Amino acid sequence: MAELSAKKTRWNEWVLEKLFFFCAFVSVITTAAVIFILLEETLTFFETVPVLEFLTGTRWTPLLEPKHYGILPLVAGTMLIVMGAAIVALPIGVASAIFLSEYASHRARSIIKPILEILAGIPTVVYGYFALTFITPGLRVILPDTQIFNAASAAIVVGIMVLPMVASLCDDALRAVPASLRHGGYSLGATSFEVTTRIVVPAGLSGIFAAFVLAVSRAIGETMAVTLAAGATPNLTANPLESIQTMTAYIVQVSLGDTPSGSLTYQTLFAVASVLFVSTLMLNILGTWVMRRFREVYE
Amino acid sequence: MSDQTPILNAKDLSIFYGDNEAVKSISLPIFEKKITAIIGPSGCGKSTFLRSLNRMNDFIDGVSHRGEILYRDQDLYADSVDPVEARLRIGMVFQKANPFPKSIYRNIAWGPNINQLGGNLDLRVENALKQAALWDEVADRLDDSALNLSGGQQQRLCIARALAMEPEVILMDEPCSALDPVSTARIEDLLFELKENFTIVIVTHNMQQAARVSDYTAFMENGVLVEFGETDQVFTRPKEKRTEEYVTGRFG
Amino acid sequence: MSDMNFRTQAFNKANLKRRRAQSKAFEYFCSGVTGLAVVVLALLLYDIFTDGYRWVDAQFLNSFPSRFPEKAGIKSALVGTLWLVGFTAIIAIPTGVLAAIYLEEYAPKNRLTHFIEVNIANLAGVPSIVFGILGLAIFVRFFGLGRSVIAGALTMSLLILPVIIIAAKEAIRSVPSSLRQAAFALGATRWQVVRAHVLPSAMPGILTGVILALSRAIGETAPLIMIGALTFVAFLPSGPMDEFTALPIQIFNWTARPQETFHELAAGGIIVLLAVLLLMNALAVFIRYRGSKQ
Repeated sequence: MAELSAKKTRWNEWVLEKLFFFCAFVSVITTAAVIFILLEETLTFFETVPVLEFLTGTRWTPLLEPKHYGILPLVAGTMLIVMGAAIVALPIGVASAIFLSEYASHRARSIIKPILEILAGIPTVVYGYFALTFITPGLRVILPDTQIFNAASAAIVVGIMVLPMVASLCDDALRAVPASLRHGGYSLGATSFEVTTRIVVPAGLSGIFAAFVLAVSRAIGETMAVTLAAGATPNLTANPLESIQTMTAYIVQVSLGDTPSGSLTYQTLFAVASVLFVSTLMLNILGTWVMRRFREVYE
Repeated sequence: MSDQTPILNAKDLSIFYGDNEAVKSISLPIFEKKITAIIGPSGCGKSTFLRSLNRMNDFIDGVSHRGEILYRDQDLYADSVDPVEARLRIGMVFQKANPFPKSIYRNIAWGPNINQLGGNLDLRVENALKQAALWDEVADRLDDSALNLSGGQQQRLCIARALAMEPEVILMDEPCSALDPVSTARIEDLLFELKENFTIVIVTHNMQQAARVSDYTAFMENGVLVEFGETDQVFTRPKEKRTEEYVTGRFG
Repeated sequence: MSDMNFRTQAFNKANLKRRRAQSKAFEYFCSGVTGLAVVVLALLLYDIFTDGYRWVDAQFLNSFPSRFPEKAGIKSALVGTLWLVGFTAIIAIPTGVLAAIYLEEYAPKNRLTHFIEVNIANLAGVPSIVFGILGLAIFVRFFGLGRSVIAGALTMSLLILPVIIIAAKEAIRSVPSSLRQAAFALGATRWQVVRAHVLPSAMPGILTGVILALSRAIGETAPLIMIGALTFVAFLPSGPMDEFTALPIQIFNWTARPQETFHELAAGGIIVLLAVLLLMNALAVFIRYRGSKQ
């Protein structure tokens, strides 16, 4: 009798474990599906458009005649956004992290950290709205050459979006530096500025670098703010006041239109998405690898 | 007892962590170019007292004090005193070696650089390492990371780092407690030589060390200074019963 | 012993004064810059509220979108969002929590487990629009679900699954092992230990993570655009296979129009969206508070 019920329980446990395993395995299936789908359509795309032309061509006009399939304008647009966002988010993020970890009282921390979390939780479409209705008009007052759709507004707003992440990761990196190092510096007659900038920040540099890398990855993948504010004009330019189009905004543009599946235009969507996916994936891998390494240094 | 004026002088000093009185009304002179050891059981407040001598307690939340600490007859905690300047004259070596994650050379050169002490930096680094009895071991690899040194070497590096600042006083907070006996002996030998040029205050719970090395000994218990005197007298003819119990309890 | 003169340095008073001033200036700079972030948030909220508050009223909440701004409302968007989040929750929460249980309680420390965890970490960083493409290809087209609530919910679930799993793992890991040991010692099976002891203890952390993940789902637009959530929807969904719209989509649609009044409508929609998010996060804080009291 005892044997029978023990067997049944074990069989139940086995089923449950397999079920739980499957739930975890969904993530693997998802990744495989993403790779498979992107790859399939992208390879079909490359049957028509040569890879070299795609990667190095400087004109992107798949929706107009004559059609060109060089992705560089989209990449340039994305890069403009990323660089602008980096200019906003990195200095402010690091300075905020220094304030939080080296100077802020417990009370100040308990106010600032939630505020940063709120900034991080605001949906991107709201930031797109803010860019279009507040930042762009403001920019046009200061720099009248600014077009209605421009890279700068979107870049500023993406920077604000990414700022909480940079501040939080850099804060973690700085707090991981042991207090004994700071005390060693102070005991040699250094000021807090000197201890912070010449001991603490250099010691936490790899964590700060990881924060940068992950922030760039976020900025590349950002969609709604750039769709609303940066424009829909593939434009190989270095001028942030002009209208451009990012990779993500192009994908949105195509899917909002009527694109028959199987057409070349439909395939461009996947080709661009592949570039997007690969670049963010590589940055994420780099970022997490660097982060793991800096954690090991102090353990 | 020496009748020269002490270079550091604590007068009725009490130190509080919030409401907790960790150091209770201590009056203790530190004499110039002598080694003063502070002994006592764990938690008796000796490290807290030591840290107050170079204003390192400023970095701990909620610490306050009553009474005074005089440095050459000047109030160390006066509003007009810059703690940075105080630490130029009163250096510190910590319980666990804390070299910067930089090269050996840059560890030693860091303090003098920041404070623009001038002179030949290479020479200063070399002299500091020689005084800390580390030069022979690292002369050919000054650009190596300080973290590659052994525990005992790292602690001597930290001593050299403090020496490079040419302070008048060096505070040492149980500098050998994390080290093996051989490294400990080397550092104790060092202290005899350093005494010629520096005043040393060393907190230790190793009584043999205190008896061997120091000129004066202060015995603290529960935040109170139980006895202070020349080392010889404190260990062989202690005036207080509790001192006698403590020092004999550990010997033999 | 040494060739150097001792006490050669004349401590340069001017130098100390300059460095002290520099240190203070740096501290003010850092705190000022941090304050900037607070100012930006205040500006953003102020801008949105002043643009939109006039439009948020009962009529707004109860009307369908329209070509005429005065008649337009977000009923379909709000209800659509609720449908979407509801189904997303039903799909994603069990899957995510059970996955976390597997990884923390059952999984052996081998390469397969490591591979799964790497996958989860990577998926957490994939742009949301890629999930939209995935949803389009698999749920909308391959499974033939069309532009339905369920297709949207499945896509969203895949998007937030890594977030739930990571948060749940943290919560489960923080349950002290002594609790588990005690239960095992009494002869319980692993599932009994998990269900009766680990899960209840980890529940506040799990719930907080779930709510934050759902907040993310509520605000996401790009995946919904990809699967074709419509932007002009004048009806409410009556079943999971129906077409739908959602708050972010409606906001996007209004913002993208050139007319000023539609921008104000968008601001009104944003206020509603932020109110929903505020409620959810307040709920998360409340749960965290109650959980930490136990």
